[in-house]
Amino acid sequence: MAGPLERTEPVVRIAVDLNRCQGYAQCAFLAPETFAMHGEEALLYNPEVDEAQRGKLAQAAAACPVQAILVDAVDVPAEAVPGGR
Amino acid sequence: MVGNGALEQLKREGRIVVVGASLAGLRAAETLRDEGFAGELTMIGDEPHEPYDRPPLSKSVLLGKASADRTALPRLRSVDATWRLGVPASGLDMAARRVRLADGAEVPYDRLLIATGVRARRWPHEGEAALDGVFVLRGRDDGAALARRLADGPRRVLVIGAGFTGSEIASACRERGHAVTVAERGGAPLVGALGGVVGAVAAELQRAHGVDLRTGVMVTALDGDAAGRVRAAQLSDGSTVETDVVVVSLGATRNTEWLAGSGLGAGPRGIACDAGCRAFDIRGIVTDDIYAAGDVARCPHPLFGYQFLSLEHWGNAVAQAEIAAHNMLSESVDRVPHMEVPAFWSSQFGINIKSVGVPSMGTEILISQGSLESRRFVGVYGYQGRVIGAVAFDQARWLPFYQELIEATAPFPPTFATVDRRPDGQRPMDADFPDPSVPSHGPTVTVSGYSPADRRMTFAPAH
Repeated sequence: MAGPLERTEPVVRIAVDLNRCQGYAQCAFLAPETFAMHGEEALLYNPEVDEAQRGKLAQAAAACPVQAILVDAVDVPAEAVPGGR
Repeated sequence: MVGNGALEQLKREGRIVVVGASLAGLRAAETLRDEGFAGELTMIGDEPHEPYDRPPLSKSVLLGKASADRTALPRLRSVDATWRLGVPASGLDMAARRVRLADGAEVPYDRLLIATGVRARRWPHEGEAALDGVFVLRGRDDGAALARRLADGPRRVLVIGAGFTGSEIASACRERGHAVTVAERGGAPLVGALGGVVGAVAAELQRAHGVDLRTGVMVTALDGDAAGRVRAAQLSDGSTVETDVVVVSLGATRNTEWLAGSGLGAGPRGIACDAGCRAFDIRGIVTDDIYAAGDVARCPHPLFGYQFLSLEHWGNAVAQAEIAAHNMLSESVDRVPHMEVPAFWSSQFGINIKSVGVPSMGTEILISQGSLESRRFVGVYGYQGRVIGAVAFDQARWLPFYQELIEATAPFPPTFATVDRRPDGQRPMDADFPDPSVPSHGPTVTVSGYSPADRRMTFAPAH
């Protein structure tokens, strides 16, 4: 398995605190490649997306009324875990 | 320690070891650095992966919308740690302050955080558990293996145990179009966590989505073919389910075996600690250098009669990790207790299920909003005349209100007029929890230990 250092495509990692999430769906409008509603209230998301999406992710995270979206704050290669992919 | 500069020295050049490199371990490491720890930080993890997030494994990963090896947790800040991954901790020497690793190495510490979590309970029959096509779902590798097998298009998936994980797996399989049988020992799905009233709604939900749900039954044996592939399961009612994929979802076992004989108060129910996440030793004396956080910890909670709670919840892992890390670096008067109200979520069959408090402590339930029939409601749980928990089916935005009721130990039945007053809405009923002594997949909250609320004392004045 390739480590983050060997990866060619830079990525952004995200997580959503679904205790906070109340299904306002702002993220699903702003970054539909990453977030999608699943039923009326539940949120499905892709935990790792291309670096090219970072701008949209930042918008989605900022627009979340309950601030439930956690986005990578550090450069992935700089914090790489040796052999830990 | 106090006032003699030892704490400053610890922050400057101490050694902190975190055993368990998952959500709690990572968030603790980030908090330690946030709070100015500049010493040596070591992260020990039994899996060869950097910290990853588990909730997507039973949802987007099984649906084929995310990849199991692309679930690493976002980093909220740099942790500048030495990572020792792929080697489990195998022992603890409390006197010498050393963690032993399975490869024989020893890692010394000044402060230790134990966040070793839980693991999936395996199918008890070893030969049957080893059959090709028998899975559990807890880790990244489990998720990858199961997702691969589902992509091959099995004829039928049998899920053993209808707790939250089992139900989410069944939901994902149905959404992918696979035939699914769910076998549950209790009377309904989710019954251990939410009781029989809500469990009945979960059962209807499963059946409405085409799940072949069998309740009140146990799987007694798994049959393999000549090539060692699972082909059928025998049920306690005498029936046979032909299946080529079996997912065992029988709850979790706490990872405390490595602490056996160490003198720490650790056992099958977890690691006992105080409200500040400091671990107790087996004599019941609190340690000052060993902390526990996440699924493996059991802490007394003031809102729940100081009973020891172990919570297999995402939010609890984060909150306890932050508190343990803060307290590790604080003088005793600056320490903070873990008092967060438990909360969790699950999404299955298109419904968003969320809960606050400890429903499984409740004896009664009142449907305060919506209706069970519409599968869109809030249920409030009562215990000894107070509100102890609440669950919402597609009504998540109301839960903060109910959380306040729990925090304020509001009376049950609640005295407010419901928003959508209904004839059946104001009557509490038996929440119908199963006898906790009967084994099942279990709730994700375990209440254990001595409760002062249960104490019976009589004042006998001397004459």
